[in-house]
Amino acid sequence: MNTALTVHRLHFAFTVTYHYLFPQLTMGLAALLVIFKTLALRRDDEVYDRCARFWARLFGINFALGVVTGIPLEFQFGTNWAAFSRAAGGVIGQTLAMEGVFAFFLESSFLGLFLFGEQRLGRWGHWLVAVLVFVGSWLSGFFIVCTNAWMQHPVGYRLGPDGQILLESLSGLLLNPWAWWQYAHTMNGALITGCFVVASVGAFYLLSGQHEEDARRFLRVSVVVGAVATVLQIFPTGDFQGRLLAYHEPVTLAAMEGLFRTENGAPLAILGQPDMENRRLDNPLVVPRMLSFLTFRRWLAQVKGLDAFPEVDWPDNIPLLYYSYHIMVGLGTFFIAIMLTAAFLLWRGTLFRSRWMLWVLLLSLPFPYIANTAGWTTAELGRQPWVIYGLMRTADGASPMVVAGNALFTLIGFAGLYALLSVLFLLLVYREVARGPEDEAVTGAG
Amino acid sequence: MATVWFCLLVFMFAMYVVLDGFDLGAGAVAFLVARTPEERGQVIGSIGPLWDGNEVWLVAAGGTLYFAFPALYAASFSGFYLPLMFVLWLLILRGIAIEFRGEIANPLWIDFWDVVFSVSSLLLAVLLGAALGNVLRGAPLNEQGWFFLPLWTNLRVGPQAGILDWYTVIVGVAALLSLALHGALWLALKTEGAVEARAKDAARLVWGGVFAATIVLAVLTPWVQPHVGERFTSQAWGWVFPFLALAGLVWARLRLTQGRALGAFLGSCAYLIGMLATAAYGLYPYVLPATTGESRALTVMNAAAAEYGLRIGLAWWIPGMLLATGYFIYVYRSFAGKVRPEGNRY
Repeated sequence: MNTALTVHRLHFAFTVTYHYLFPQLTMGLAALLVIFKTLALRRDDEVYDRCARFWARLFGINFALGVVTGIPLEFQFGTNWAAFSRAAGGVIGQTLAMEGVFAFFLESSFLGLFLFGEQRLGRWGHWLVAVLVFVGSWLSGFFIVCTNAWMQHPVGYRLGPDGQILLESLSGLLLNPWAWWQYAHTMNGALITGCFVVASVGAFYLLSGQHEEDARRFLRVSVVVGAVATVLQIFPTGDFQGRLLAYHEPVTLAAMEGLFRTENGAPLAILGQPDMENRRLDNPLVVPRMLSFLTFRRWLAQVKGLDAFPEVDWPDNIPLLYYSYHIMVGLGTFFIAIMLTAAFLLWRGTLFRSRWMLWVLLLSLPFPYIANTAGWTTAELGRQPWVIYGLMRTADGASPMVVAGNALFTLIGFAGLYALLSVLFLLLVYREVARGPEDEAVTGAG
Repeated sequence: MATVWFCLLVFMFAMYVVLDGFDLGAGAVAFLVARTPEERGQVIGSIGPLWDGNEVWLVAAGGTLYFAFPALYAASFSGFYLPLMFVLWLLILRGIAIEFRGEIANPLWIDFWDVVFSVSSLLLAVLLGAALGNVLRGAPLNEQGWFFLPLWTNLRVGPQAGILDWYTVIVGVAALLSLALHGALWLALKTEGAVEARAKDAARLVWGGVFAATIVLAVLTPWVQPHVGERFTSQAWGWVFPFLALAGLVWARLRLTQGRALGAFLGSCAYLIGMLATAAYGLYPYVLPATTGESRALTVMNAAAAEYGLRIGLAWWIPGMLLATGYFIYVYRSFAGKVRPEGNRY
């Protein structure tokens, strides 16, 4: 394979994967912060305000990293994917510019007020600002998912004479059915990360006997929201995404599922390793006919396998795609079990005493990050070999004049810089968690 | 329609330069006007709640450039690949420095981030200026509309162009000086005590440099890019822009002498807007001239997106920007007033 293309792909994959570690928490936390602030108002409970203040501090650290690692992504469309940008900029530039104009201005303007203006704003004013920050961050998510959904399932365009892709309908772009299911699935995934992080810190405080009053509230909110969100992640949001794939990108579905041969009554692979040399799944553990049922709601429906498609249209890294997808689904299933069990214990009133359950919640912290990352890896690898599905191949999208050596230089630069950011991030988060929720009223000084 | 978007884009970049310009400038002069960690905290405190919003203008302007002129976005971003990556790294370090400086109350930690903040602000000002210089000079576009420029060649403005040649370096230095003036005037307006006094001294000191750099650019630019000279000789009304810049600069000096910090700062805003508008007016209809022949140049027409996208874009851009302006007015009012050395959280 072309070396420059490989480096450009790694460059984007690395920077986007690293970036998304932060927004998935801030988008999830933004929603939970609104819930904390609402409960504080409705129950007139100061402790919920203190909880919100604690999470706002962690939100701030994550947000700062999300901002600084997000700007390079917009630039990279031009620097590393110039051919793609020149062809499609008139379409996806719309949603990216809208993100700046509608979401970032809102978010950046009110975040400072949210973090430092509590005293000046009063309780209702501060609640409203929390809602505005939430709206800003979820709008930002929408425009990004909308951009990605167009690359997965292009709509509302026509082709110009010189290979330009011209926007024909902005409403078509914004109302892309693919975007709405992908958005629901992505944002719900972010909410799950938020719930697990809040639950994990709550469990840590209870297990170590500190800040117990706050920790119980962390757990109550995160477990109730988490129980709902983890279920919604599989059905309907995940389920509908899978069915969209079956209709619009059947070759991707076959690769994700490791289905090499077209079958009537296709099985669902739970475990197994794609064996590309022999075109089969090694050590398979399958549920017979399940894939046909899940995809078409009929046990004997025909599901197309990889053999139904020319090899040039196969995703170029089928094993990694298959593993990403299975990791995402497997973890998603575990999340339901964990959150429903915790919710049951909460309802019975024993959650705060069940040390084993608290341990499970504490240790589950990294897994929603892994699941969200695996989910995006599935989406991006599944779209290959296309950068815009059916319209432009990834190989044709990279910058023609940026050679491998120059791109590798900046990839290494980003790797070093992000290693530094990781150390700083962990240090600061550790300090905040060690400090815990405190009564100190936030100063209003700007 | 493409010309409308060219004007809107210039407006957005001008807003970016005026707004993020004062916080870059404040960073560039931080060690000049603030001697102790507390004083530097005062400097950072004066931009702390605002810098992130200011930087959004860059992101929004980039997004607007992307959808309105995709061919320009693609060619210039890939052609100026390396310096843009440096800009990204500096933006990352600078943002982190501002946000993380106050997290740990250790003198070594604070000193470290203050240096990172100041150096990255300084380099960003130079790089952004050099970028403008590159656009004015033009790029060696090939037949397919692509180019890739090395960082430097022999520093001469010739067919073997590099990103840094003596002209772009001069523009970079001029940008640093004018943003330093802008930042110093901001600090004179927003701080009190020793920092305020030193900021005024720094502004007086830098002003002469800015004035000299402006004259140098006015002489050199039409020589490096003859098109600019033709524009100003063929149509007289364009002279309002350089006049605005000069008037702003002189006004800034007068008000500064009278001790009126707000007027001086507004004068500096007018100067920056005037200079950028002069450059944009002088380039039009080019958006990126070609050093390899006029026919390869990117113009407002051949780099623009299709008509429908540009028209529908206006439908959301105008209400969106009105909203954004509303937020800005609200936030700037919320953080109005001077920042004291003690008791700020940075």
